[in-house]
Amino acid sequence: MTKQHANWSPYDNNGGTCVAIAGADYCVIAADTRMSTGYNILTRDYSKICKLADKSLMASSGFQADVRALQKQLSARHLIYQHQHNKQMSCPAMAQLLSNTLYYKRFFPYYAFNVLGGLDTEGKGCVYTYDAVGSYERVGYSAQGSGATLITPFLDNQLKSPSPLLLPAKDAVTPLTEEEAVDLVKVVFASATERDIYTGDKLEIVILNANGIQCELMDLRKD
Amino acid sequence: MASDMGASYGSTLRYKSVERMKPIGKHSLLGASGEISDLQEILRYLDELILYDNMWDDGNSLGPKEVHSYLTRVMYNRRNKFNPLWNSLVLGGVKNGEKYLGTVSMIGVHFEDNHVATGFGNHLARPILRDEWKEDLSYEDGVKLLEKCMRVLLYRDRSAVNKIQIAKITEEGVSISKPYSLRTFWEFTAFRNPTVGAEGSW
Repeated sequence: MTKQHANWSPYDNNGGTCVAIAGADYCVIAADTRMSTGYNILTRDYSKICKLADKSLMASSGFQADVRALQKQLSARHLIYQHQHNKQMSCPAMAQLLSNTLYYKRFFPYYAFNVLGGLDTEGKGCVYTYDAVGSYERVGYSAQGSGATLITPFLDNQLKSPSPLLLPAKDAVTPLTEEEAVDLVKVVFASATERDIYTGDKLEIVILNANGIQCELMDLRKD
Repeated sequence: MASDMGASYGSTLRYKSVERMKPIGKHSLLGASGEISDLQEILRYLDELILYDNMWDDGNSLGPKEVHSYLTRVMYNRRNKFNPLWNSLVLGGVKNGEKYLGTVSMIGVHFEDNHVATGFGNHLARPILRDEWKEDLSYEDGVKLLEKCMRVLLYRDRSAVNKIQIAKITEEGVSISKPYSLRTFWEFTAFRNPTVGAEGSW
């Protein structure tokens, strides 16, 4: 007697890669703009980056419907926070909220692989990296999504992160300048695009610093 | 927007005059593939949505962006309850001179683009559209382009029927054409002796 299987899945993987790098006084958040399903490209122009607060941006890849629902949830919660506290949520606060929101659906998860980037309460760059159910950690840089396995080893090599075993804990924030970090991101995505079929089309880079937010779009290979 | 008028039931071509495109309110046009009964249910939902919007009588009316957003929420929430509406929807429209085209799948995946398709259209029509769509396409050229796509689908999609409608939506409103057929050509030499390269085939 063979087990009955569902004839549809509530999940799909719409692909894509997200990266964030924290600097001394800036944060770079980047993601490609390709949305796929199976071997098809649905659209070449879909943003995976969402501004949750003045100093927090979230880049998410995975199942697009869940990503969108998550973005809406967090934006709505931020609005309530603003009404109640008359101020913007800090990035560390948003980081905790994202974790809690993800774990809330521990038994029917948001299939979303998130990277939260922004400036902490001292104005230093911060990056938080998550799994689908809310496990998170503050790091100096992170990659998530279909191209993450191609990108992370290269970032490890270039950004020379101090060992997490050191005591006292050394700051993981990169000594790179903003321009160098943006350049690194472009190089890293161009490489991932070569070998990952789900990454490509365009690269959206958002730079967050004391002056505000700047956006940049770069073309990637479309094949 | 173009769609054919066939509705199959498994391998049977059950209905041959199904209108799968419907106007929604003053500014939008919905096209759907998949389960026809679920489409009818969606039309009931949208009817109620538009009705309540009209009842405010405040001069405001829901545009295509809003209707698309509503549909994405409906589809996603049904998916969350493990009871999806088994449709792929296309929502297009014009409001205040701004054009809009979006799509939602049965699990809530949605996006906007300059051209969208459902089912086999994603495999056969989108590549043609990617190559030949341009920003300043005239209506007549747009229809020719859609007919080209529908013709390819007619040749290559087993469940397609040669009876299509074209819908047009502008600031002035929606008009859905009468059903008509596409001209096809079957006199290719390969079609004449289809088994010449595969003896014993049929």
